[in-house]
Amino acid sequence: MVEAKPAETLRLEGVRKSYGVGTPVEMEVLHGIDLILQRGEFAALIGPSGSGKSTLLNLIGLLDQPNAGRIFIEGRETSRLDDAGLTRLRGGSIGFVFQYHYLLPAFTALENVMMPILAARGRPDDEMRETAAALLDKVGLTPWRDHRATDISGGQQQRVAIARALAMNPALVLADEPSGNLDTKSADSVFDVMRNVNETSGTTFLIVTHDPRLAQRCDRIIELVDGRIVSDKPNVNVLRRG
Amino acid sequence: MNRLTPFEWIAAFRFMREGLIQTLLIVLGVALGVAVIVFMSALLSGLQANIVRRTLNYMAPIVIVPPDQVARPLRAGEAAQVAAQVQPRSQQLRSIDQWQKVRTQVEQVPGVIAVTPVVSGPGFALRGDANKAVTITGIEPESYFRVIALAEKIVSGRFSVGTSDIIIGIELAKDLGANIGDKLRLTTATGAAATLTVIGIFDFGNKGVNQRNVYIGLRVAQNLLDLVGGVSSIEIKVSEPFAAEQIAQTIQAGTGQQADSWIKTNAQFFTAMAAQTLSNTVIRFFVGLTAALGIASVLVVSVVQKSKEIGILRAMGTSREQVLRLFLIQGGVMGLAGSVVGSALGWAFLLSWRGMAKNPDGTPLFIVEIEPMLFVIAAAGATLVGILAAVVPARRAARLDPVVAIRG
Repeated sequence: MVEAKPAETLRLEGVRKSYGVGTPVEMEVLHGIDLILQRGEFAALIGPSGSGKSTLLNLIGLLDQPNAGRIFIEGRETSRLDDAGLTRLRGGSIGFVFQYHYLLPAFTALENVMMPILAARGRPDDEMRETAAALLDKVGLTPWRDHRATDISGGQQQRVAIARALAMNPALVLADEPSGNLDTKSADSVFDVMRNVNETSGTTFLIVTHDPRLAQRCDRIIELVDGRIVSDKPNVNVLRRG
Repeated sequence: MNRLTPFEWIAAFRFMREGLIQTLLIVLGVALGVAVIVFMSALLSGLQANIVRRTLNYMAPIVIVPPDQVARPLRAGEAAQVAAQVQPRSQQLRSIDQWQKVRTQVEQVPGVIAVTPVVSGPGFALRGDANKAVTITGIEPESYFRVIALAEKIVSGRFSVGTSDIIIGIELAKDLGANIGDKLRLTTATGAAATLTVIGIFDFGNKGVNQRNVYIGLRVAQNLLDLVGGVSSIEIKVSEPFAAEQIAQTIQAGTGQQADSWIKTNAQFFTAMAAQTLSNTVIRFFVGLTAALGIASVLVVSVVQKSKEIGILRAMGTSREQVLRLFLIQGGVMGLAGSVVGSALGWAFLLSWRGMAKNPDGTPLFIVEIEPMLFVIAAAGATLVGILAAVVPARRAARLDPVVAIRG
C-alpha cells in the first residue's frame, strides 16, 4: 500500500534567522516568517537582493537552522532532529536546484542523477539506474545520458540538475534562481521541465527568481522584502508557456 | 559502476581519477618513500645478519667458564685494618667444577640445542724454524660440530680429530709452511709437548682466527694444558642467537657457573648495530612523515577544490560519515598504491644491488635476504599512513557547512 502524502508539504511558523548572534553586529534577516505550501503547489519566491530569499530557502532546505520558529516538512517538525536526522529528511523529502548546476564532473549525466539514491542506498542497482534514466528522459536528455557532466551545454546541465533533484521523488523541490545563468530560451526550457514535473508528479516547487516573466508562470507568488513576506497571493493570470 | 562497490569507494575513485596528475604524483612520492624503506631495511638486516652469521661461525653463542679467582683478605676481628689496595689474583687455567653434571644440566635448559666441552689454552706451534703462538682448542668432534660449523670451513683435508691429529687455519698453515700430512709440534707453558699430523686446514674468513686457532682432540689438549679430566669451558649453541643473553642468565642462575653470551662479549658490536637500527628507524620515520604530509597536502587541496561538490553531496543527503569515509579511502588507496609500486621499485633496487655489490672473487659482498614479510609490512604501513594522513582533510570535508560550501 502506498502511503498517502500529507496535504501540507511545508509549514513555517514564526521563523526567524539572525547572523552574528551575540556580537555587536547581530542582524536579524528573517523576522518571523509564516508560510504554508500545499502539496502540488508551484510557487515563486520573489524579492530584491538582500531580502532574505536564499536564507529562507536554506532554512526550508534544512541546510541551516532558524534561531526561532518551527519548520515542518510533510508534517514532521524538524527542530528536534540531529544532523543525521536532518540529512536523512533532506535526502528523502527535499530536492535542490541551484543557480549553478553543481554537477559532479567526474560522473556522467546518468550517474549524477543516480547520486542521491546511491548515497541513500549505499550501492548501485538496476532500479536506481532505471529511475535515473526515466528522469533524464523526462527532462529530454536521454541522448546525453552517458556524456560527462562537463560535456553538455549549460541548459542541459541545469536540466540534469533538475532530474537529480527529483531522483528521490521528493515532496518539495527548492530552486534558487535555476535559470539565472541561462539564456532566455534555455531558461524557458528549464522552467517548462519543472512545470511539467509539477503537473505530472504533483511535486511541490518553491522557485526563487528575480525574473518577473518567470514568476508570472507560477501559480502563486510570494514576495519577500527586508525579511518579511509582504505579499502572498495566487497568480490568477498564470502563463503556462514562456 | 560496479554493483558491489559502495558509494564512498565509487566517489573516491572518481575523485582521484578526476585529479589524475595529482594522484599519480603523490602515488609516485609514496612509492619512492616505500622503495627507500624497503631497500634500506633489507640492506641493513642483510648486513647485520651477515655479521652475526660470520661472528657465530667461530664463536659459540654462550660459553660457560669457571668463575674468576678473587683475592679475599683475611681479617683478624673487627678492629683489623683493611689494606688500601688488594693485589688481584692472577687467573690460572682451571677446570669447571663437575663439568659433566653442568653439561647435563645445561642440556635441559629451554632454547639450548647443543652443548660441547672444550679445553682451551695458550701454546706454541713449531715446525722447523717456524714458531707461532696459538690458542689450543681441545674438542669432542661430534658435539663440537653441532655448536661450531668447523667441518663446513675445512678447505683442504678432512674434519677428524684423533689422538694424533690437528686442524689448523689457512693463515697458520701458510706461516708454518705446513700442508696436509705434515707434522707439527705443539708445546705449552707447562713444558708438555705433542707431535701431531695436520689432518685438515680451515678458513673462517677471519685472519686472526685462521692464524691463531688450532683444534686437537680433547684428551690430548687436557694433557698438554695440564687439565687432565677437566675442561676449561663449555660451549653452547642456542636456537635464537639474540636470546643468548637471557638464556645465559638462566644457565648462570641454574648452575652457579659464569655464563657469557656473545652479546655480552661483543657489546661494542651490538652498540654499533643498535645505532644502525636507530638511524634506520629515524630515516624510516622521516620518509614516512614526508609521504604522509604529501598525501595530506593533496587531500587538503582536494577538499578545497571540491568543497562545492562536497556541499552539493551533503545537500542531497550524503551523511558526514560518508564524506569522511570518502576521503579516508582516498588516503588509504594512495598509500596502498604507492606501497605496491614502491615495493616493486625496492625489490628492483635490491636485485640490482645484489648484482653489483660483489667481492673481487665474484661472490656476493653479503647476502641480502628479500623477505616477503617486509613487503607486507611496508604495504600495511603505507596504507595506514595514508589513512592517518587523510584524517585531518577528511574531518574538514565532513564538517563543511553545505551552505557555506555551495555559496563558495
